[in-house]
Amino acid sequence: MYESMVTAMRKVAVVAASSRQEEKMLDTEVEMMIPLISKVREETGLNQTEIGFTCSGSSDFLAGQAFSFVMTLDAVGPVPPISESHVEMDGAWALYETWVKFQMGAIDTALVYSYGKPSPGSLQDVLSTQLDPYYIAPLWPDAHSIAALQARHLLEQDEISHEDLANCAVRAGTVQSQEEYFDQPMLADPLRQADCPTYADGGVAMILAAEGKAEELCERPAWITGIDHRIDSHHFGVRDLSAIPSAKKAASKAGVYDAGIDLAELHTSYTVHDILLRKELNLPLDPTRSSKNHPIKAETLMASGLLRIAEAARAIWEQEANRVLAHATSGPLMQQNLMCVLSGEKG
Amino acid sequence: MNPEDRLSAPLVLEYPFTRTTGPVIGAFMTGLREKVLLGIKRKDGSVLLPPTEYDPETSEDLTEMVEIGQSGEVTTWTWVQEPRDQSPWNSPHALAMILLDGADTPFIHAVLVDNADLMRTGMRVSIKWKEETEGHIQDIEGFIPEGNGND
Amino acid sequence: MTEIQIPSSIRNLEQVQSVRTPIRMEYTFTPGVAAQTYLREFGNKKILGNVSPVDGAILVPPRGADPRYGVLCDEFVEMPHTGHVGSFCVTNVPIPGRELELPYISAWIFLDGADIGFLNLVAECPPEECRIGMRVEAVWKPDDEIGMTAENILYWRPTGEPDLPFDEAGVRGWHVRKHGDSDA
Repeated sequence: MYESMVTAMRKVAVVAASSRQEEKMLDTEVEMMIPLISKVREETGLNQTEIGFTCSGSSDFLAGQAFSFVMTLDAVGPVPPISESHVEMDGAWALYETWVKFQMGAIDTALVYSYGKPSPGSLQDVLSTQLDPYYIAPLWPDAHSIAALQARHLLEQDEISHEDLANCAVRAGTVQSQEEYFDQPMLADPLRQADCPTYADGGVAMILAAEGKAEELCERPAWITGIDHRIDSHHFGVRDLSAIPSAKKAASKAGVYDAGIDLAELHTSYTVHDILLRKELNLPLDPTRSSKNHPIKAETLMASGLLRIAEAARAIWEQEANRVLAHATSGPLMQQNLMCVLSGEKG
Repeated sequence: MNPEDRLSAPLVLEYPFTRTTGPVIGAFMTGLREKVLLGIKRKDGSVLLPPTEYDPETSEDLTEMVEIGQSGEVTTWTWVQEPRDQSPWNSPHALAMILLDGADTPFIHAVLVDNADLMRTGMRVSIKWKEETEGHIQDIEGFIPEGNGND
Repeated sequence: MTEIQIPSSIRNLEQVQSVRTPIRMEYTFTPGVAAQTYLREFGNKKILGNVSPVDGAILVPPRGADPRYGVLCDEFVEMPHTGHVGSFCVTNVPIPGRELELPYISAWIFLDGADIGFLNLVAECPPEECRIGMRVEAVWKPDDEIGMTAENILYWRPTGEPDLPFDEAGVRGWHVRKHGDSDA
């Protein structure tokens, strides 16, 4: 039934994307986003009044300001009034909301963007506040520790090995060799620094267009042939730490297994997440191409997921791949997962 | 502009929240105040800890709270060498998932030992209460290896 | 509501109904490129505005962007220290954390030549005499207390010059300024 629904869906493509990441940015969110948004509008020749819908993703606790996304709309130029929405989620979920808007038949073009600037605040405190407010958040566990609880479980169940972690770190580029990996002290035992993300300020902007318009705006549109997102329980005690059911289900619903995948852009900011997700999705542990900017090396909360979709689209524009999986995650222990399949073929 | 030339100013946001608990979390917190641990029975008879008013997997109403043991087993752990400012602990400790006797789901808390070499998955630990309890998850000071003189 | 069964050990005790879960977030805030420039000059008792590259509108204080069109503004212009009240509000209730003598006047101050206003205090003026279009000037802190902070200007006081006509004051004057019918 779902499959027949998918075939009846409107075809939507990513036609332009622009991004920037730096360890510590001086620009405000507005100053950072204007060049990115301007670039995708210029590339497609669209001005804001020709864009049907604008949707963004960001976090108020990260920005240290209530309704902070409203100020960032200065980077879009909402005059005359624009149709706009926002999610307190990674921009990949803003893209999902936008995709639904396309399916409603309400729009032919859209601007999606997201950003995060962790450098001014304490990211670990921000991440603690997303946990259960009665039972877990008052203990203020940091994100690395929570990932480490999962890593030890997987290691002791023989689901993964220390060599797997080391190889993943080498592939991600956080260390040059296994030796360098094993020389590092434990950061959150059994995880080392090389297993854990380095955070970066950054943002992504993207233009989407529907069939009929996308072909005008882009030589080789990256068509969204499937997209789905699912969530696992926030109750740590009922989570099976060796599985990510939400990721598997989202992948299946997004049609990941309907044909071969040339490339997977995974939003995995810990080695242990990368290995577990690849196992759950039956992807090779040693991919032929590792991500150009692996999220372990530069994790930008609220933007890394949308950036995966942008990189997946880029692989199609540059004819490096024809069918690409882009993944985004949010929450502790990869609680929420979004899968998006992009293809050079309209399907 | 050189990074060292940048202007900057401190900004502190404080949210002095008091959260209402509802009957189930309230009963659990009352239990903490009285140094008793309560879980809640799921439809299959297993016991969920910490308890919620609903089954987190099926969303069914849960109503039967039961007392569970104050000792249990570490199912996984990590070591926190430098606790952050807001952490309830100010010295190095383990953070662990602990499966208490009589409960079927592990929950997260600290194990108070001197160093990581003293930690093992599967080790038995017992609760250590704070002297003064008020009905808060921090009433549990942490867990200590079983047989280490806890009362 | 569903009846919750609680073990007898705590059933008849006073139940906990709430828990304290305070959150404290610390940030080291850095102003952006435009605000850095503005604050440095403000520390020299100069007020800068941004010039919109789209239509030349002057935006004070400068934020590095023309928010109407989503374009960067990198041109600065120095502004006079006089302007008018675009709109105002008289506050008669104390607000925790604000130690101002009641009543006080908050106003949208439009500097001469600026196209948008900013919020500031008006004083040396009885509340009943404050009016839209009233011309005002900045009262700065003593020179040795000036820094790179928004607190440099203590308040704005009436100059006594003739008012701007109501239709040209504040945002109402936008169309006048935009069409060059007036140099207000």
